[in-house]
Amino acid sequence: MALLEVKDLQVNYGVIRAIKGISFEVNEGEIVSLIGANGAGKTTTMQSIMGLIPIKGGTVTYDGKVINKIPGHKLISMGMSQVPEGRRVFQELTVYENLIMGAYTQKNKKQIKEDIGDIYTRFPRLGERRNQIAGTLSGGEQQMLAMGRAMMSHPKLIMLDEPSMGLSPLLVDQVFDIIRDFHKQGMTVLLVEQNAKKALSVSDRAYVLETGDITFSGAGEELLNNESVKKAYLGE
Amino acid sequence: MSILFDGLSLGAIYALIALGYTMVYGIAKMLNFAHGDIIMVGAYAVFVTLISGGHIALAIGLSVIICVIMGVVVEKFAYKPLRGASPLAVLITAIGVSYLLQSISQLVFGAEPKTVTIASLGAITLFGAKISVSSIVTLVIGAVIMAGLTVFVKKTRTGRAMVAVSEDKGAAMLMGINVNKIISITFAIGSALAAAASLFYLMQIPSVEPTLGSMPGIKAFTAAVIGGIGSIPGAMIGGVLLGVIEKICLSVPVLAPYTTAVEFGLLIVILLVRPIGLLGKKRREKV
Repeated sequence: MALLEVKDLQVNYGVIRAIKGISFEVNEGEIVSLIGANGAGKTTTMQSIMGLIPIKGGTVTYDGKVINKIPGHKLISMGMSQVPEGRRVFQELTVYENLIMGAYTQKNKKQIKEDIGDIYTRFPRLGERRNQIAGTLSGGEQQMLAMGRAMMSHPKLIMLDEPSMGLSPLLVDQVFDIIRDFHKQGMTVLLVEQNAKKALSVSDRAYVLETGDITFSGAGEELLNNESVKKAYLGE
Repeated sequence: MSILFDGLSLGAIYALIALGYTMVYGIAKMLNFAHGDIIMVGAYAVFVTLISGGHIALAIGLSVIICVIMGVVVEKFAYKPLRGASPLAVLITAIGVSYLLQSISQLVFGAEPKTVTIASLGAITLFGAKISVSSIVTLVIGAVIMAGLTVFVKKTRTGRAMVAVSEDKGAAMLMGINVNKIISITFAIGSALAAAASLFYLMQIPSVEPTLGSMPGIKAFTAAVIGGIGSIPGAMIGGVLLGVIEKICLSVPVLAPYTTAVEFGLLIVILLVRPIGLLGKKRREKV
């Protein structure tokens, strides 16, 4: 069954139609990628799913419920979580306080403490810098923090928007290792990436977004070997 | 010595009002020009309770409750529909709300100042100087309120949510924070502080009129900008600084007539030297 189902989604920026009625789905336990060039509408799609940008038309269904009209902040306790584009960690708060913010919907103090401990184990750098102001972290550390913060709400579906953007190749590999980890822990992953090669190699399925429309879709492997996808997005 | 004390207690009043400006600016990114008039509402609440024979404690309680309701209602009906509108539209609306509150109180209570007598507290001698008890009360309670607020913002779940919302509304929402609720809470807290300020104000100047809030409102706004708008410690420092300067100027015969000019002059100088205010933070512009 589809955990997330997007049907005929339309989003406008003023008079410009940024998303022209796209449909895709993410099944429970899958890693699904949306790939595409700059300005194709990937981030717009991600943000409109979470209610950060209003939807013009179409429906978004999560776990069998239509969520278009549900205020974004309520989706977090329903098990959705998003690592936004540009990380958007709280620059003025410490690493620890950022993680606490991630647990805003969690009530069990003991559990929160354990979760933070787990994150420090998974990301030793964050543990070392727990009392450091997040704004002073490097880009890679901020990405780890944003991913750790998104896990604090125990999501079923985690959506990552350009997690590898602006990171060195070594860190990009790390980010994709973490995405595989999410998957192993039973989370469903929706990934938006410009780094198509990396994204396709971890994905069960993928969709190619071009100026607000889905032009291709298929298994990750299949798209990796698709001639036009290769030409347009893999630089071959 | 007594000038310093008077200055500090006036500063505490400005700081309490400035906190309302700065917190609302930090979180809703708007200048709530009607904030000063909330003080006036609080003062009339005290006036009405006292002349109808109510106890001072009742007057204080009612004043706080009425101000909080007023702040939240104004936010809900005047500002919330404009969320996402141009800052100029919001600013003009806020000025409109300010005039609306002033006009309503003029219709209800008339334009003449009314005397409000809060029990006279007299003065005591401390370190060889005569210091009015109301100054000490203002200073002590003001300091306790501000310390409490600082702890609240740093340590509580709601306080931290306020910091998160002030930094990045979208990211705050992704944490599951109800941004609209946090904005309402901020207006409520700001208005409660304004109610406290109105009480202290009445202890110093026992008279209430519809435009009572204008001058302390503008002074407190100046204090907030001097301290760095959006910064909570900045508002406290700016308020105290302005209060002390005002009392010092008033005590020097040559300077006394120019007190207000000195205060706003200070604002201009600080803005020239440090445009973000004393403790203001440079914000990264989002691309």
